[in-house]
Amino acid sequence: MMTLQGKAWRFGDSVTTDHIAPGRYFHLRSNLPELARHALEDLRSDFASEVKKGDFIVTGKNFGLGSSREHAPTILKLAGVSAILAQSFARIFFRNAVNIGLPVVIMDTTFINEQDELEVSLEKGLVKNITNDRVAQFNPLSPELLRILQDGGLIEHVKKNGRIVV
Amino acid sequence: MEKTGQNLTEKIISRHAGKGVRPGDMVVADVDIALAQDGTAPLAIRQIEKLGSCNPDRNHLNILFMDHASPSPRKELADDHAFMRSFAKEYGATVSDVGEGICHQLIAEKYAAPGMLILGADSHTCTAGAFCAFATGMGSTDIAVAMATGKTWLRVPESIKVVLHGKLSNGVLAKDLILHIIGDIGADGATYKALEFSGYIDSLDMEQRLVMSNMAVEAGAKAGLFPADNRTLTYLQERGRAEQFNEIAPDSDAGYEKVIEYHLDSIEPTVAMPHAVDNTAPASTLSGISIDQVYIGTCTNGRLSDLETAAAILKGKRIASGVRLVVCPASREIYLKAVEKGLVSIFIEAGGLVLPPGCGPCVGIHQGILAKNEVVLSTQNRNFQGRMGNPDSSIYLASPATAAASALFGHITDPREVV
Ligand code: SF4
Repeated sequence: MMTLQGKAWRFGDSVTTDHIAPGRYFHLRSNLPELARHALEDLRSDFASEVKKGDFIVTGKNFGLGSSREHAPTILKLAGVSAILAQSFARIFFRNAVNIGLPVVIMDTTFINEQDELEVSLEKGLVKNITNDRVAQFNPLSPELLRILQDGGLIEHVKKNGRIVV
Repeated sequence: MEKTGQNLTEKIISRHAGKGVRPGDMVVADVDIALAQDGTAPLAIRQIEKLGSCNPDRNHLNILFMDHASPSPRKELADDHAFMRSFAKEYGATVSDVGEGICHQLIAEKYAAPGMLILGADSHTCTAGAFCAFATGMGSTDIAVAMATGKTWLRVPESIKVVLHGKLSNGVLAKDLILHIIGDIGADGATYKALEFSGYIDSLDMEQRLVMSNMAVEAGAKAGLFPADNRTLTYLQERGRAEQFNEIAPDSDAGYEKVIEYHLDSIEPTVAMPHAVDNTAPASTLSGISIDQVYIGTCTNGRLSDLETAAAILKGKRIASGVRLVVCPASREIYLKAVEKGLVSIFIEAGGLVLPPGCGPCVGIHQGILAKNEVVLSTQNRNFQGRMGNPDSSIYLASPATAAASALFGHITDPREVV
């Protein structure tokens, strides 16, 4: 996996799956590109239209709490997000993100400001904040989860190995 | 000293992983039931199609529910339903069609049994923990792999033992208890953990336990389990499933990450205020909050005893003018019994309306979406901003008793004033 590079989009604590993929767009769940245009709109109406390929979501604690809708991480990935950096994640969201091949990083995110330019190495567990010239480390995902992520998500992982390998 | 016994979570996952497990272990486990609902099944199906096959031996164990948008309010969702039906026909999965009711209630009525490993593409799959099943919500891809291969990956969670003492007082329900507990430990108080209820659980019948397990995920928990006891057996017997019973209890020397205790006698009618489930307060302190709509239903509180509780409060009375009362039984069986027992007439005569079984307005798809600045008091499990379809509205969560009492007065009301 290469090094990821992009700008930071800052969000606060407890961003829910209703924020990420609002329930009122339930009927768009089989139309993911359209659903992605509404990603996080109740928190930041400019997010979906302005986010660039490679950008990061940088957030506080319990990111993704709420429903099991995998559409939430899926549309963030579709919108171009290359990884989510959070103080902590809600369990199902975390799992879903790995399963669809969207990297998730658990770390103290306070040294990152809105629109800071970041470089993230998943294997080394390293975040370089190019804007303020600071570097921070995080614990890389467990080897089992990293393997699922590197295979491109759980479906690709099962296709490649014929079964789940942990 | 190292604990050697096993808690409920370790026991059930060990059985399904084919080896003794401890918290933190990563295992591949056999899945009993795998379910998805109309919001998550289409994506799961597309993932199964990428895998190219589905194990036909699992057809009766792979269940697709049409409950969130039931009956369909839009053509896109009707297409999703048609897609689910045609997949089931082709691959042989089981369909629970429009009008049957909410997935978690049907899992309780027809499928869940002690010791099972149940996975659902719906966060409230943990409801079945009331049966001493290890039941947890996952995403569509996980469910696709479970349906296709019968397996899943799991990190064995640490367990928190929740010891219950005494009995709930009159007018106080399991909903108040679980809201109180979530208010106490926080919406992330049990993230990645299992809650294991223990102590004087005999005071809670299966319908009350289902409420507790249902809301475990609102504290972030992966599962919320009760031991399997006589009450579990009775419930299964009443549904002709007695042979699925087996008694499961934690070993006396089982290990827990921590133990927390609650005295049920001191629990008050409790309300969660916008926009977080752990933002709780006693109902008695919120009488200044006027409400526009009351919703009684969902996988949390749409069961027969919930409707009976509400009907007992509303019988022969009229709801306050300006308030809309929406009632939705969680399943066809509950709906029928509510008709037979005259509960539906009571709701209608009180000025309410009764929806067909399903998720109703819980997730903001249809049937009772709120206007700007409106306030709803709902018996559901989640009050996030926008949850019921309008980010500019406010959702308060409460028990069916508090909901019915509040409908009578038009503001949040402690039900002990009327029972
Ligand atoms: S009733 Fe509400 S919480 Fe329960 S399954 Fe349906 S949408 Fe989800």
